[in-house]
Amino acid sequence: MSGRLATLRGLGVTYGAGPAALSDIDLAIAAGERLAVIGESGSGKSTLALALAGLLPDNVRMMGSIAWEGEVKPVPGRDIGFVFQDAGASLNPVLQVGEQVAEVAQRHLGLNWREAYAYARDLLTQVQIPAPDTVLNAYAHQLSGGQRQRVAIAAAIAARPRLLIADEPTSALDTIVQSEIVALLERLVREAGMTLVFISHDIALVSGFAERIAVLHQARLVEAGLTADVLRSPREAYTARLITSHIGLDTPRLVGAPA
Amino acid sequence: MSLLRRLSRSPEGLAGLILLGLLVLAALLAPVLFPDDPLSIAGPALLRPFADPAFPLGTDRLGRDVLAGLFHGARASLAVGLAAAAVALVAGAIVGTLAGFAGGLVDETLMRVVDAFQTVPGFLLALAFVSVTGASLPVVIFAIALGAWTGPARLARAEVLSIRERDYVAAARVIGMRPLEIALREVLPNALPPVLALSAVIVANAVLIESALSFLGLGDPNIVTWGSMIAEGRNVLRTAPFLSIVPGLGLVATVLGVYLLAEGLSDALARRKSRA
Amino acid sequence: MNRAFRLLGRRAISSIPVLLIVVVGAFLLLEAAPGDAVDAYLLSIGGGDPALVQALRESYGLDQSLPARLSLYLSALARLDLGWSVTFGRPILDLILERLPNTLWLMGSAVALAFTLGSALGIIAGARPGSVRDRLLSTGSLALYAVPSFWLGLVLILVFAVQLRWFPTSGIATIASGKQGIARAIDIAHHLVLPVCSLGFIYLALFLRMTRAGMAEAWRQDYALAARAKGLARRRIVLRHVARNALLPLVTMLGLQAASMLGGSVVVESVFAVPGFGRLAQEAVAGRDAPLLTGIILVSAVIVILINLAVDIAYGILDPRVGASEGRAA
Repeated sequence: MSGRLATLRGLGVTYGAGPAALSDIDLAIAAGERLAVIGESGSGKSTLALALAGLLPDNVRMMGSIAWEGEVKPVPGRDIGFVFQDAGASLNPVLQVGEQVAEVAQRHLGLNWREAYAYARDLLTQVQIPAPDTVLNAYAHQLSGGQRQRVAIAAAIAARPRLLIADEPTSALDTIVQSEIVALLERLVREAGMTLVFISHDIALVSGFAERIAVLHQARLVEAGLTADVLRSPREAYTARLITSHIGLDTPRLVGAPA
Repeated sequence: MSLLRRLSRSPEGLAGLILLGLLVLAALLAPVLFPDDPLSIAGPALLRPFADPAFPLGTDRLGRDVLAGLFHGARASLAVGLAAAAVALVAGAIVGTLAGFAGGLVDETLMRVVDAFQTVPGFLLALAFVSVTGASLPVVIFAIALGAWTGPARLARAEVLSIRERDYVAAARVIGMRPLEIALREVLPNALPPVLALSAVIVANAVLIESALSFLGLGDPNIVTWGSMIAEGRNVLRTAPFLSIVPGLGLVATVLGVYLLAEGLSDALARRKSRA
Repeated sequence: MNRAFRLLGRRAISSIPVLLIVVVGAFLLLEAAPGDAVDAYLLSIGGGDPALVQALRESYGLDQSLPARLSLYLSALARLDLGWSVTFGRPILDLILERLPNTLWLMGSAVALAFTLGSALGIIAGARPGSVRDRLLSTGSLALYAVPSFWLGLVLILVFAVQLRWFPTSGIATIASGKQGIARAIDIAHHLVLPVCSLGFIYLALFLRMTRAGMAEAWRQDYALAARAKGLARRRIVLRHVARNALLPLVTMLGLQAASMLGGSVVVESVFAVPGFGRLAQEAVAGRDAPLLTGIILVSAVIVILINLAVDIAYGILDPRVGASEGRAA
């Protein structure tokens, strides 16, 4: 899978009257790649995710451009799937989770509700949720954090989008569950040939599966390149600091790891 | 005063300030502009508004000056509204604070009493009290407070309960602050917004209940109130509708003014907090 | 469903001490009223022999101590005996039961009007916060909320009954019309339109504002953004995702406003001469009928408690998070 998915040129975003959340971002996203966007809180990484997904609020000032492959602006849900950080908050508390997965299929795949629910059940199995029939009728508060996130992922990939954006999908979960979710995302993306943009503050977490890493610092893009290159010889001092503060003895080996 | 400036920046606050300002002015000027008893017969009966410059808003069935009634009614409504709210807030605060501090059985019992007062419709309580005691201004004020004190009681109790938990109280105690100091410097500023909102509701409700009581003939018979004017006007509704409509507009203006001012004040307070 | 019933049981039990306090309060009210039942009776028969008066007092136990009188009162209540109305010359319970349905129809219709129209307008306003529509509805509802219900009733009478002659000015049915069945029901409904509007419009404004605020709050939540991220149809987002959450507090508000609306029915029924429970309270005050007034207060408390219980159950059904101590499919 080659080809450009999207090109960001000079992208800048400012909320209201405050300082810029994103400033002069030049980034190319290749189709089918796994890109990690790393930054601390306030770096603008979530803003980048929202900008890509077209979910910014109306009162923002946007500069620069995002050019998409085929010149067609992608439709949220159908062409772009979005996974939020807190699945407990991004799942509607008064609706059954099954409905929240099925509605995506009903909307974008032209299925009727019965077909959509059957499809949702299959999706739940794909994201490795045991007892999918029970979970279809469950509410968000009845599920564990990991299960909620799996449901959210199922809803995000339901319409088979080209691009999956995950905004810190594991930051609210325990470490063991974190690695499970990461493994799930990696597998799903690879099987479907989706492009993955994974936002995180944890450079060690993404080093195991990301092909490229982009580093954001105070609204600017300070570094971008292949994972192995960035980790081995970071160009910026900031990146080096990130690496040393995160990578420990338990981090999987990078050099010589399968691509 | 910076608060006034902040208040005037929100359209609601400004509107409320102007509305209530005018009403307070009317209330204060009533005895000056209309020194005669508004209940006294001043001129020919059922004069139309704008017909006679001496009676700009006309006269009622008995020949009483409508404009004088309007001004004096403002006095009555505002006085009752504010007094009833004050009584309700003080009584409620005492009971609520007591319940919060005492805890245990005392707290439980007091809260059941609060529940009981909330279960009976406030208007019926006022009705019953006035009918048993007899209609006069202090009785009406107390009757309204009978239904209104439960809100402040719950609020006060909630504040006390949450204070006991808060760290800054323990910290203040360690420094050596006395309980009163703690109450004034730490607790009060945080408790202000909900108290403000509640007070507005109580004042507005009090004005409406007083007018309803007067309308039913249960208000103080010796003073003119907007409710009694509306009741009077009802007798000639078909021929002289303005007699009932005009005092009602006064009521709407008062209640609206209270709500707008409260909204403006809470906006202003919120803005100060976010800046700090 | 059994989660709802468990909630009901707990709430019902905690209502008992509250009801007891209301009963004691009602008893004290009766005691505070000048004169007692015998005086009232004597008034109606035009005076009596002192010996007869004393004998009557003894036979009714009215000469006994306060605690004894209280227990007499309580035992009477236990038999559902609310006493005798001097003004009407009938048992109070009969009187109340006769008048209550009219008021329940009035209140029920007013609530239905306020809830459906109020929430619908609130959703329309809240669908696009800050729009012209939103600001107009917000200002309009605040102005409506400030209107006294009895004055609104008079204005409605003036416009729709006197000027336009679309509706009758008072009463609940055309007197001696001889209508039966459906025709009678329509006649009653026709008479109730203006009273229902007078009572309901204020609550309509309240529900509108609450829905609007609830919508604004719901829009700020992550699940609203997630719904947009899924590219769902706007109508589905507004109704199924946002409004469904925004309307929950309204259900609770219904319970809280029940007492207020019952009180409001007193004035509205007076303005429109509707022979209901509320009007009965006004007549009791006019006739200085303390036992009747006390009976009305007791029944009001019971009604409010029952309405709140119903609201609790409804809320428990509508909000899946309530009573969820079990059920983690971990």
